[in-house]
Amino acid sequence: MRALNVFKAATLGAAVIWAAGCSTTSTTTEGGEGSMGGQDGSGSASSYGVDGSGVSGGSAGAIDQLQTVFYFDFDQSVVKQAGFSDLEAHARYLANNPSASVRLEGHADERGTREYNIALGERRANAVERLLVVNGASSSQIETISYGEEKPAVMGSGDASWAQNRRVELKYVSR
Amino acid sequence: MRQILISLCLLMMATASRAELVVEVTQGVSEPSPVAVVPFGWSGSGALSEDVAKIVEQDLGRSGFFSTLPRESMLSFPTREGDVYYRDWRVSGADYLLTGRIEPTADGQVKIDVGLYDVLKEQRIPLANDIVNSGSGQLRDAAHYISDQVFEALTGLKGAFSTRIVYIQAERNGDQNNYKLQLADWDGARPRTVMESNEPIMSPSWSRDGRKLAYVSFESGRPAIYVQYLTTGKRERIQSFPGLNGAPAWSPDGNQLALVLSKDGNPEIYVLNLASRQLQRVTHHYAIDTEPTWAPDGKSILFTSDRGGQPQIYRLDLESRNLERLTWEGNYNARGRLTDDGRFLAMVHRPTGGNFTIAVQDLKSGRLDILTEAGLEESPSIAPNGSIIIYATKQNGRGVLSAVSLDGQVRFRMPSRSGDVREPAWSPYLH
Repeated sequence: MRALNVFKAATLGAAVIWAAGCSTTSTTTEGGEGSMGGQDGSGSASSYGVDGSGVSGGSAGAIDQLQTVFYFDFDQSVVKQAGFSDLEAHARYLANNPSASVRLEGHADERGTREYNIALGERRANAVERLLVVNGASSSQIETISYGEEKPAVMGSGDASWAQNRRVELKYVSR
Repeated sequence: MRQILISLCLLMMATASRAELVVEVTQGVSEPSPVAVVPFGWSGSGALSEDVAKIVEQDLGRSGFFSTLPRESMLSFPTREGDVYYRDWRVSGADYLLTGRIEPTADGQVKIDVGLYDVLKEQRIPLANDIVNSGSGQLRDAAHYISDQVFEALTGLKGAFSTRIVYIQAERNGDQNNYKLQLADWDGARPRTVMESNEPIMSPSWSRDGRKLAYVSFESGRPAIYVQYLTTGKRERIQSFPGLNGAPAWSPDGNQLALVLSKDGNPEIYVLNLASRQLQRVTHHYAIDTEPTWAPDGKSILFTSDRGGQPQIYRLDLESRNLERLTWEGNYNARGRLTDDGRFLAMVHRPTGGNFTIAVQDLKSGRLDILTEAGLEESPSIAPNGSIIIYATKQNGRGVLSAVSLDGQVRFRMPSRSGDVREPAWSPYLH
């Protein structure tokens, strides 16, 4: 399974880095985001806007149709109504497939301070996690991480870019 | 005649590479003092690796306090007091004059003999050390040391030319990201990479002795806090709980690290004793508490919290646990940094309806001054002499470093050759 191999590669990468930690300059060459999800943030962002209504849950194919990026207002961590039905469908899928798991990556736009934005990204990821859990997923199936403003989906400053960068990306680690 | 030896600087083990950042002064004091730095004489054989006088001239010019006389306008090139004709320098418009001569010494080092003169009074100005002994590979360090002395003699302010900065440089090649933690002289010269990763690096913080850095790295796929020794490159993962591990800040005595963990559900400030590894939670609130910084006396911690609905800066007394909100103007005040005397608080500030600026608040009077206006400023860091704040901003869509004096009179920027440059942290005094 691809996702599993990817996870191994990342773990190995981390070990390599740790071993390299004693040299003057540590170089990380493995275990990057590309290998974790197979996709960069900007790639995932383009999947926005797919309506998940009518999905009954169960088959792995069904979740491919669901929205995986959820957007937020400035300095806010309230999940917008528009994302509810797809999140419920993800939750149903997780409930029906106990071996499936997801990683929620919280992000912020570039405005404001970096450490505050990391906290904000975590708050957003936690808000999505809560919605999944109240809809039947187990918290053990969900891993959250915040990147704050460190991994924008879209480069550039301005309302349009910022709106796309304030997001939580839902990525299946295993299905 | 007082002497000093500039010994091998342990921080600089790598060979000098091309500067990525260069200082461009955009605004100086309204009447900068004209100073002439005469090319230094050299009585040894071969050419020296550095033009020491040029480095001193650049330091003084980049401080914003001085205008420097171009060499082509100089009528003579004296290297000692006896050769100085004050009338020539008055004609050239210089108020102050610096001469120097460099001689090889028996042990393969060099001796630099400098003289500073008041042209109008026609007299020599005493320096703490007018003879500087240096390794031939440490000429840049010797030059910065001379600049520090001249600056202090002429302005009364301690110079910070011998200090360094660290910063994060991020580059994107296709879908591959590269993050570097860079160390350079204050003016961007002699950059070297302290740490490099494909995953984000954040929040570099200097220990008060200037020997260690704490920072956040996502190299394992999750954020963790590391401490790295600059001399050896040896490093240690200090904290990697589930959730956030962020914003490390050294206590003034170097024994503790304030940091942010969200292992208990939301971001809280903790103090880690580095020797015993004991962790003490110091904030207790469901809001975001982050960006701790220590008061210079080590008795209180300032931090950002949105417990009032918007991010504001608070001070927590560690003994009494008394909590005080410090900022009241605008709807976003975050990431505070104090001057060494504890009086001035530099921060990211957003006036209601405005953009993100760097502001400074006088904690004695409560007065807040907005120092910048570009709109996406962050990460203020104060030079150890308390005169200049370096910060990150955006220019033509790219992250760049800029600086402003606490009184708003002097401004410079540091455009980079490549990538986004951000999160500058100014070192303490290193000598």
